[in-house]
Amino acid sequence: MLKISHVSKTFNLGTINEKKALDDISLVLNEGDFVTVIGGNGAGKSTMLNMIAGVYPIDSGIIALDGKDISLESEYKRAEMIGRVFQDPMMGTAADMEIQENLAFANRRGKSRTLKWGIQKEEKAFLKEEVKRLGLGLEERMTNKVGLLSGGQRQALTLLMATLQKPKLLLLDEHTAALDPKTARSVLQLTSEIIEKEHLTAIMVTHNMKDAIAYGNRLIMMHEGRIIYDVKGENKKELKVEDLLRKFEEVSGQEMDNDRMLLA
Amino acid sequence: MEGLLLVIFGAVGQGMIWGIMALGVYITFRMLDFADLTVDGSFATGGCVAALFITLGIDPIVAVFSAAAAGAVAGLVTGFLHTKCQIPAILAGILTQLGLYSINLRIMGRSNLPLLKSDTLIKQTAELLPIEGSLLTSIATIAVGLVFTIIIVALMYWFFGTELGSAIRATGNNENMVRSLGVNTNKTKVLGLMISNALIALSGALVTQSQGYGDVKMGMGAIVIGLASIIIGEMLPGKRTNFALRLCAIIGGSIIYRLIVAGVLKMGLDTDDLKLLTSILIAIALTIPVLAAKHHQKNVYKANNRKIGDWNA
Ligand SMILES: Nc1ncnc2c1ncn2[C@@H]1O[C@H](COP(=O)(O)OP(=O)(O)O)[C@@H](O)[C@H]1O
Ligand SMILES: [Mg+2]
Repeated sequence: MLKISHVSKTFNLGTINEKKALDDISLVLNEGDFVTVIGGNGAGKSTMLNMIAGVYPIDSGIIALDGKDISLESEYKRAEMIGRVFQDPMMGTAADMEIQENLAFANRRGKSRTLKWGIQKEEKAFLKEEVKRLGLGLEERMTNKVGLLSGGQRQALTLLMATLQKPKLLLLDEHTAALDPKTARSVLQLTSEIIEKEHLTAIMVTHNMKDAIAYGNRLIMMHEGRIIYDVKGENKKELKVEDLLRKFEEVSGQEMDNDRMLLA
Repeated sequence: MEGLLLVIFGAVGQGMIWGIMALGVYITFRMLDFADLTVDGSFATGGCVAALFITLGIDPIVAVFSAAAAGAVAGLVTGFLHTKCQIPAILAGILTQLGLYSINLRIMGRSNLPLLKSDTLIKQTAELLPIEGSLLTSIATIAVGLVFTIIIVALMYWFFGTELGSAIRATGNNENMVRSLGVNTNKTKVLGLMISNALIALSGALVTQSQGYGDVKMGMGAIVIGLASIIIGEMLPGKRTNFALRLCAIIGGSIIYRLIVAGVLKMGLDTDDLKLLTSILIAIALTIPVLAAKHHQKNVYKANNRKIGDWNA
């Protein structure tokens, strides 16, 4: 499904700010895998997702999706196959456009934009039904500007937009981190429901160890640009937060310094 | 009375044909969020191409559309400089604008090309009108302006509702989202710049025909006039109105700007001082909302503190 081999990335190469963000990463995902990713601040989690999505070019290695080498493909091209939700709720939606306009725009992911009307009549009804699934009452506000919505509502909408056209791969980068605990919970629940129902292959970065254990069929831990731990299947089901902490200390030789993580 | 009517009709006619330029500026400044300074150059390019073609005996309508095509090419150049060469928006526009000055001189072969003996759209329309007298030219200009603005507003209303037009609007709103949903934002930006500068050049072609000559300097300050029209236009209806109405309001803004100019000229202001006046007017118009917000904040603070009452209690 997704095959990452020996991918490295150094930012600001040759300058005083040189930073090795990814250090020879290799990872293979199978169809239907739901992988959770944890790691301290600056471990390279976002960079890994950004490299898969094509936000920055990689320095070396190969990224292949569905058997196709996409290492050098541009971000918008890869978006035909990849759905994304970002940490910042502002990043995934167009604030000055209507809810239904945003959805209609997302409903055309991977298709060429023609001179046909931007939102068809029968499409409006379909989009309304889809929005109902979010259970936020947004179906009554389809012509409202997205800028009027709360962060949680925008994240839920972005999630729907990322999956309206079934993506081969769904990338979620701490997409509940900016939300209050209650909203974060419901967006996470929704995420898991959508992934299950649509049988999506997904990678979800989270700062919450319990969530990382509770969701998905596989967990990877990152540290200093490398994958230092990779558990799946039965082994993952039996995992405890203490196991993860111990594993982290063992591999990195330091204590987990991220308060955010411990609190979780 | 006749004199006053002449001034008003003249201002309305000029406001309409210059308003098309303002619609072009609206596409980049407001929809694409791209500060495009190609405007002064592409406006003159439109005027110069039209002047050349018309003196060559080519049909004025063909001249207008050729001018628009030339403007689209100017927008393409700015877009290329910005997207492929990654030159900042403002600088990319300035580079094109500067280069166009030489090109415009080459197009006409001289700095000013009169259309005295040639046929223009305004003259042709005037012949069709069943009226006579001193207002004829102004009314013909209004008629030409009206036909073009109606067609252009209708086309814009349609286009920006299509999938492609929506992609351009979304690019100005959230580039990151647009790319993550599979659209090449370099393409949408270039396309927006091309449409914008095509309209600007089309406006230049109409202005050339209305003033009776093409001039390489005719675009000087066009961008500021365009912005003034947009700012005035946006004061007309509330923000939350229909898109077509907002476009019409910009034409309205352009007409009001022309009426203000005519007014101050009538009051004895020197034409040379007009650009200074326009700059000052826009600076004031942009400052008022800032001051109003500050004032409001202060009042809220005072009111809240009064509610709290005695601090030491
Ligand atoms: N665009 C960038 N330019 C320079 N450095 C970057 C950039 N993006 C990330 N980095 C650096 O790369 C490292 C990994 O960052 P990131 O992938 O965002 O970490 P994480 O998401 O795990 O917290 C950090 O040291 C960060 O400062
Ligand atoms: Mg991150």
